[in-house]
Amino acid sequence: MLLVILFGSSYLLYNLQALSGDPLAEFKTSRDPEVESQIKATIEQLRLDVPAPLRYFIWLRGVLGIFIGQPDFGKVRTGEPVGEILIDAIPVTIRLVFGATIIAILLGITIGVVTALRQYSRFDYSMTFVAFLMFSLPIFWVAVLLKEFMAIQFNNFLSEPNIPTGWIIGIAGFVALFFGAILGRSRRTFWIGFFSAGGFTALLLAIIDARGWILEPGIGPIFFAVMAILIAFGVTQISMGVGHKPSLYASLSVAVAGAITYFPMQSLFKRESQVTVLLGGLVVALVIAGIATMIFARIDRGPVYRTSSITAFIIGIIMIVDKLMQTWGPYVSSGDVQYRPVPTIGERNPLIETTDFWVALLDTLLHMFLPTIALTLIGFAGYVRYTRGTLLDVLNQDYIRTARAKGLNERTVIMRHAFRNTMIPIVTLLVVDFASVVGGALITENVFAWRGMGTLFRQAIGTFDLNLLMGIFFVTATLALVANLVADLLYSALDPRVRVGSGK
Amino acid sequence: MSEDRKQSSFGADTQSDIFSKETEGLSQSQIVRKRFFQHKAAMTSLFVLLGIVFFVFSAQSISLGPVKYPGWWKYDYEQISDLRIAECEGGVVGCPSLDVLPSFIDGTPMQIGEHPFGQDDIGRDYFAMVMRGAQRSLLVMVIIGTLGAALGTVIGAIAGFFRGWVDAILMRFTDFIITVPTIVLGSVIGYHFGNLGAVFLAFFLGIFAWTGISRLVRGEFLKLRELEFVDAARVAGASTRRIIFKHILPNAVGVIIVSATLLMSGAILLETGLSYLGFGVVPPDVSLGLLISSYQDAFTVRPWLFWWPGIFIIAVALCVNFIGDGLRDAFDPRQRRGMSRKDKASLARGESK
Repeated sequence: MLLVILFGSSYLLYNLQALSGDPLAEFKTSRDPEVESQIKATIEQLRLDVPAPLRYFIWLRGVLGIFIGQPDFGKVRTGEPVGEILIDAIPVTIRLVFGATIIAILLGITIGVVTALRQYSRFDYSMTFVAFLMFSLPIFWVAVLLKEFMAIQFNNFLSEPNIPTGWIIGIAGFVALFFGAILGRSRRTFWIGFFSAGGFTALLLAIIDARGWILEPGIGPIFFAVMAILIAFGVTQISMGVGHKPSLYASLSVAVAGAITYFPMQSLFKRESQVTVLLGGLVVALVIAGIATMIFARIDRGPVYRTSSITAFIIGIIMIVDKLMQTWGPYVSSGDVQYRPVPTIGERNPLIETTDFWVALLDTLLHMFLPTIALTLIGFAGYVRYTRGTLLDVLNQDYIRTARAKGLNERTVIMRHAFRNTMIPIVTLLVVDFASVVGGALITENVFAWRGMGTLFRQAIGTFDLNLLMGIFFVTATLALVANLVADLLYSALDPRVRVGSGK
Repeated sequence: MSEDRKQSSFGADTQSDIFSKETEGLSQSQIVRKRFFQHKAAMTSLFVLLGIVFFVFSAQSISLGPVKYPGWWKYDYEQISDLRIAECEGGVVGCPSLDVLPSFIDGTPMQIGEHPFGQDDIGRDYFAMVMRGAQRSLLVMVIIGTLGAALGTVIGAIAGFFRGWVDAILMRFTDFIITVPTIVLGSVIGYHFGNLGAVFLAFFLGIFAWTGISRLVRGEFLKLRELEFVDAARVAGASTRRIIFKHILPNAVGVIIVSATLLMSGAILLETGLSYLGFGVVPPDVSLGLLISSYQDAFTVRPWLFWWPGIFIIAVALCVNFIGDGLRDAFDPRQRRGMSRKDKASLARGESK
C-alpha cells in the first residue's frame, strides 16, 4: 500500500516538475558558438529525448536497484551522483531539525503543563499570548531580527563585555516575575518565588560581570558539586518527592559520585577519541545509578532507577557544558573568530581546521545557535497549546477525581495519572512533526545559508533538476509515510478505544 | 450504603447545577454564542481583525468586474513619486513621515505626513504597497481556509462515517496529497500561470490544503459514530444522510471551525513563505511576504521596509489565532470559564457563593 502511494505521488511530482520549466531555457539566450553541441549533450545527459511520463520509468528502474543493493538516483546537472550529494546534505538538515525539535518539545511540554495547572492565572494568559505570537511569526522575519540582535549586537557586546546595571535589574526582574508566577499559588508564595529567583539572578549576573566570566567562563569543581546536589534534590522532588528516602539517597549518591569524577574526567577529556569517552561516560553513569538503586531500594526499584539515572544524565550534560565553557575562552580569542563567535550564516566556520573535538563541537553548536532558536520559538508554541489543552481535558476526567479521592498526593496525581495520559496524543503529534519539519526547515536553511536538503530542494526547482528533486522527494516522502504509519500504530496501541478499519 | 449513594448523587447534582446556572433555557448555538461573546481576547481580536480588513480594503482601489472603487489613499501601489529626503536622519532617503508620539514627548507634533510608512528604494509609497500586500494576503488566507475546510470536512466525514474500504481509500489518498510538497505545486503554478495572480494561486493551494482537517474530522466521526445517540437515531430509523447531517456533523462543527481558523492563520504564513522563496505572488503585484523578502537586506539601513509588512502579518495571524481559541472554548462543553478551582471546589462542597 505504502509503495503504491509512493509510486503515485512520485509519478505526479515528476510530471508536474517536468511541466514546470524547460531545462534548456538557459541555452536559448546563449550566444556561445558551441551552443548546439551543449544542447545535444544536455539532452543526452538528462534523457530529454524520452517524454517525461516515460522518462520517469528510467528513473524508477535506477531507484528500484535499491533491492539488489545498487540504487541509482541518477546524476545532478553538474554531473555528481545524487546519492552522494544527498548523503552530505541529510546530516546537516537532521542536525538542524533534531536539536530544535528536542528543545521545543521539552520547553513546550513543561510550559504547557504549568499553564494547565495554573489555568486562568496571569502566567497562563501571558504564556497563551506568547504562544500565539510565536504561531503568528513568519520564520524569515524572526531570523532577520535574530541575526541583528542576537548575533551582530551580541558580538559587539562581547568586544567589551560589561553588563550595565540597568540590564541586571531588568533581567532579574523578568526572571523574578516568571518564577514568581510559576510558583505562586497564593500571594505569599508568589513573593517568595519572586524575591528568591530575582535576588539569585541579580547576584549571579553581578558576579559574572565582576569576574569577567563572559570571556573566561567555567563552572569549577566546587560550584559543580553544589549544582549536582541541587539537581539530585530537584529531580527527586519532581519524580518521587523528596519524602521518598530511597530515591533521594540514590540520586544524592549519584550526585556525589559525579562530583568525585569531575577531576578524572578533565584529564579524560584531553584524550584523542572523545566519542568513546562520552559513550563510556554514559554507560558508567547509568551503571552507578543502577548500583545506587540496588543499595538504597529494596522494593519498587523501577521508579528509583529512573530518578537516579535522570539525575546522572543531567549531571553528565553539565560536565560537558563545563568543558565547552573552558574551550570558549581560547575559541573566542583565536584569530579565526576574533571575538565575533555568533555567526549569522553557514553550518560551520570554514577557517577553523582543527582536530580538537571540543573546538569543533563548540563551533558547530555556535553555528546551530540562531537557526535552532528560530525553529524552537516557532515549534514550541504548538506544544504549549497542545499540552495545555490535553492536560486540562485529562484533569476533568473521572479517574483523576478517583485518584484524588483515594488520597494520592497532588504530585502523584499529576505526574502518574494525568501526565501519562496527556502523553498519548502528544507522542503521535511528535512523530508526525519530526517528519514534516524536514520539509519545514526549507526556509530556515535558506535564511541561514545551510547546505542541507532545503537548499538542495530550492536549487533543484530553480534549475529544473529532476533527478535531484526526485532524490530529495524520495527521502522526505519515505520519512513522512513511515512517520504517519508509526503514528497510526502508536495511536491505536496507546488508546484501545480507537477502532480502525474493522469493517462495520 | 445509602450514605455512599447520597454522596455520589450529590456530586452529580452539583455538576448539573453548574451547567444549569449558566445555560438555563438556551439552545446549543445560543450557549456557544454567549460564551464566545464573553471571551474578551477573542472579541477584541475579532474587532481588531474587522478593523484591519476594513482599513486595508478601503485604502487601495478594488475592482469587482465593471465596478471600480478608487480607495481613499492618495497614492497607488505602483505609482512612483519623489523620494523624501529633507527630514530624514543620517542621510537615508524615503523614511517614514508617520509620528505617533505627541510633541510634548519627542518634540515633534503628531502627524501622518506625506508617506506615513516611508518609501521604497525607487520612491513608491510604502503605505500603499503594504495595503495592497495585506489585501492580497488576506484574500489568500480566506480562500485557502474556506476551500480547505470545506473539502476536508466532506472527505473526513465520509471516511470516518463509512469506515472500511472507503476510509482506507480516502485516507491513502490523503497520504498521497500530503507527500506532494506544496512548494513544488507553487512553482508549477508560478511558471505556467504566474500572471493569473494571487486569487488563482490561493484556489490552487486550497485544493491541496485540506489534509489536516480531513484527518481531524475523520477522527471525530470515528469517535462520534460509536456513541449512544447515533445508535438511538439509527434504531429510530433515521437515514444515513440524516444521521450524518443532523446528528454527527453538529457535534463535530466545533472541531471544524477551530481547525479552519488555524488553517487560515497557517495559510497567511504559507503565502508569505512561498512568496519569500519566490514561488508565490510575483511582481509587479505585491504581498506581505514578497515585501519582506525583497527588503530583508535593507534592515540595517531602512528598517521600516522590514517592520511594516511583518507587523501586519503578525497582527492578522494573531487575531485569527485568538478568535480560534475563543471558538474552541465556546464549543467545548466542559469549559467553564471565569470559574476558578476554588469556586468549583466550594460548589462541589455544596457551599453557596
